[in-house]
Amino acid sequence: MAGSVHLIDRRLNGGNKSATNRQRFIRRYKEQLKRAVGDMVDKRSITDIDSGGEVNLPSRDISEPTFRHGPGGNRETVHPGNREFSPGDTIQRPRGGEGGGGGSEAGEGEGTDSFVFTLSREEFLDIFFDDLELPNLVRNYLGAVQQKKMVRAGYVVEGSPTNLSVPRTMKSSLGRRVALSAPIRRELEAATAALAQARAQPAEAAEIERLEAQVAEIEARLKRVPFLDDLDLRYRHRVFVPQPVARAVMFCLMDVSASMDERKKDVAKRFFTLLYLFLSRKYEKVEIVFVRHTDNAEEVDENTFFHDPKSGGTVVLSALELMHEIQAERFPVGQWNIYAAQASDGDAFGSDAGKSARFLGEKIIPACRYFAYVEVPDGQDARQSSLWVEYDTLTAAAPNFAMRRVCERDEIYPVFHELFKKETA
Amino acid sequence: MAGTVPVREKRLPQGPDWTFELIDEYELEIRKTAAEFGLDTYPNQIEVITSEQMLDAYASVGLPIGYPHWSFGKEFIRNEQAYRKGAQGLAYEIVINSNPCIAYLMEENSMMMQALVVAHASYGHNSFFKGNYLFRQWTAADAILDYLVFARRYVMECEERYGIGAVEEILDSCHALMNYGVDRYRRPQPLSAREEEARMSERNDYIQRQFNDLWRTVPAAGTSKVGHGKRSVFPAEPEENILYFIEKHSPRLAPWQREIVRIVRKVSQYFYPQGLTKVMNEGWATFWHYTLLNRMYDKGQLEDGFMIEFLQVHTNVVTQRGFDERGYGGINPYALGFAMMRDIRRICEAPTDEDRLWFPDIAGGDWLKVLDFAMRNFKDESFIAQYLSPKLIRDFRLFTVADHESKSYLEIDSIHNEEGYRRVRRLLAQHYNRDVSMPDVQVVRYERDTDRSLVLRHLIHRNRPLVSTEATEVLKHLTRLWGFTVRLEAIDADGRLDHYRECTA
Repeated sequence: MAGSVHLIDRRLNGGNKSATNRQRFIRRYKEQLKRAVGDMVDKRSITDIDSGGEVNLPSRDISEPTFRHGPGGNRETVHPGNREFSPGDTIQRPRGGEGGGGGSEAGEGEGTDSFVFTLSREEFLDIFFDDLELPNLVRNYLGAVQQKKMVRAGYVVEGSPTNLSVPRTMKSSLGRRVALSAPIRRELEAATAALAQARAQPAEAAEIERLEAQVAEIEARLKRVPFLDDLDLRYRHRVFVPQPVARAVMFCLMDVSASMDERKKDVAKRFFTLLYLFLSRKYEKVEIVFVRHTDNAEEVDENTFFHDPKSGGTVVLSALELMHEIQAERFPVGQWNIYAAQASDGDAFGSDAGKSARFLGEKIIPACRYFAYVEVPDGQDARQSSLWVEYDTLTAAAPNFAMRRVCERDEIYPVFHELFKKETA
Repeated sequence: MAGTVPVREKRLPQGPDWTFELIDEYELEIRKTAAEFGLDTYPNQIEVITSEQMLDAYASVGLPIGYPHWSFGKEFIRNEQAYRKGAQGLAYEIVINSNPCIAYLMEENSMMMQALVVAHASYGHNSFFKGNYLFRQWTAADAILDYLVFARRYVMECEERYGIGAVEEILDSCHALMNYGVDRYRRPQPLSAREEEARMSERNDYIQRQFNDLWRTVPAAGTSKVGHGKRSVFPAEPEENILYFIEKHSPRLAPWQREIVRIVRKVSQYFYPQGLTKVMNEGWATFWHYTLLNRMYDKGQLEDGFMIEFLQVHTNVVTQRGFDERGYGGINPYALGFAMMRDIRRICEAPTDEDRLWFPDIAGGDWLKVLDFAMRNFKDESFIAQYLSPKLIRDFRLFTVADHESKSYLEIDSIHNEEGYRRVRRLLAQHYNRDVSMPDVQVVRYERDTDRSLVLRHLIHRNRPLVSTEATEVLKHLTRLWGFTVRLEAIDADGRLDHYRECTA
């Protein structure tokens, strides 16, 4: 009973004992997530699994299955807090499987594993875009605006005291001392030997005295070799190295004429957003230029672009011309990676469609890394628009031009995925 | 003796902040008070940890050392997120059934909380671990820490040698069957890491010594006869410890894989009593922190402020929400256990006529002796069947709901009235019966002489089916461990085959 309890302070042991376990879990979770994203993207993969025979390997996901009772069968449960029930009262069976006395049934047969786990934006995008690749990914570096980075560049003899490298300094000091004192030491050895010899075979007192003076003089010279000299000082050297920044500009072109309703705009916006996210993963810096057009085009900010209603006719060419102008003026081809996405319902009148296609083919596509045209038709069975027909002539000649039709929101990602599918070469 | 006229004793220093000296001082006083009531405990070891370390300890289901596995990481992240969002507070304590008994104190807690945890864990749980028959019989408190060190090292060595993925696969499969890795009737061999290692190296040596390639060429004697005679069923008796059967008989497992199966089995065995005594264990510990601290207050050692803070925490712990209240999560084992322990004391100290009728043998008895007897000799199921009094059923307003598949509605089966008491008590006890809550799945046949397939039997209890998707998944895990076809037959109450599922290797 005597003595004090064994009391230990473990706080300094450090946490993170389960760091490995956490990492392993996250890796596993990502695998599962990737599968889910993949299934979402490509519906065929789900049907393939269904039809492709049974898989007899345990799935590598984050579930922890056990044998346990499911709903059904006969059982009685006990609950506290009865207020109004008498024996024989009947209650409607709660919907959704698990029975229970009116309340949730947690005592037995727990529900599904509702595990929610947040991913950082980067982690999410990594998984989201994992098997996608930008076509023609060449990084044009910009000369003018450069970021600088300090890198080590050896040692120099001049510098500020804070950069003094003590080991280097001592090293050169030692070398200098060895070099300077070696001949003196040799002399000293010779002189000491001579003195010893003179003493051994009695020589004249004057001779011994002279030799002693000589030894003393050499020793004094040896002492004069300085321990540290200005010459020895070495400083760490750092230099600025310019870091090239890969930049991209993304042009968003949208038809905002009366026929583009909110639903179509919403679809277009989603496409633009995906493209932006995707570009920002590949380039350090992405600028966006919003160009909207009715019968004439203007450059606007994001909010106006998506939300400001404007009505009028449709002249696609005006937007293309404006884009070309802006690009030539502000984003020279050699310094910027240029991407463009155009969304429209494809309504173009008269010769506009033909002219636009020609302008696109001659002026814009050669300057672009990639140009995507997304058409948002009125419905799935809408006939091909005039713009679509004209643009279609370009696809064969220009590999960096692609066009797709998107009707519904949930088609966006599959279409996007298809556009940027990694080439399996 | 407790309960006599309070003796004024020196007041303990108060204040929210704790120091090591203070914990020492409080612990000494709690120890003295516990001795008044005759609590018998393992020696105590108290460790102060940070909240992050507490989360770590949580993740490894309260074990101080665990082998690496992703599921522990999942647990950690789940708890951490709940804690960060404020959806869940950290448990105030974790206590390990070992000798010495290790209790963790969290650094953020106030002095009052530390005192509460010391009373709860180091004296409440500790004495339960030492006294309860299940723990005495089934776990080796002296050896568990050494064994865990051994297990961790072994698993990590295997990871180095065979790859993390390979080890993880085996562990995943074992975890799926963890609940079926328990011996319930046979007393397990005591654990000793040293023996375990010696046993292993001996086995390896033996294999090395006995290895002789010639044996391969000797024609197997007698194999041809077996086919003609009566086919013997193996195992002769159904085996409920599935992991044990796999460890001993799996045709495909490599020695190191068998060893991992064994490790999971041993850990599962260690937790077996804890699952059976949740209500009693928590009830007992809660009862004692309540009793000990109140006794110290009566002696004048604790201030009013301390007690008010303490009672607030205590009340939160023993709250039982009604079935229709928000946040109802079934019966709170702390609430039920604490109420029952208190009720037993009440029945002894101030029995009513009803109590004399229901509990003639303990009404008016010595409550310390009665409680001690109850703690030592029961598990949740039998404890409730024995001691749940009509008064408590009324207090909790317990009622039972019958959910029968033949009816399209639920029916109130019985409530807290004269006709219902016994049935409510029996059904509540059933709720804690492992045989009822866990599906009965056992190994019945190993086709040694034919295709080496394994047949398991699921005895359907009252028509309750398994969760189908999970059962299929577990079967795949089982197949991985077994290496050949595994078949799970569902047998209905009349002994007829209802349906089966199969997984081919």
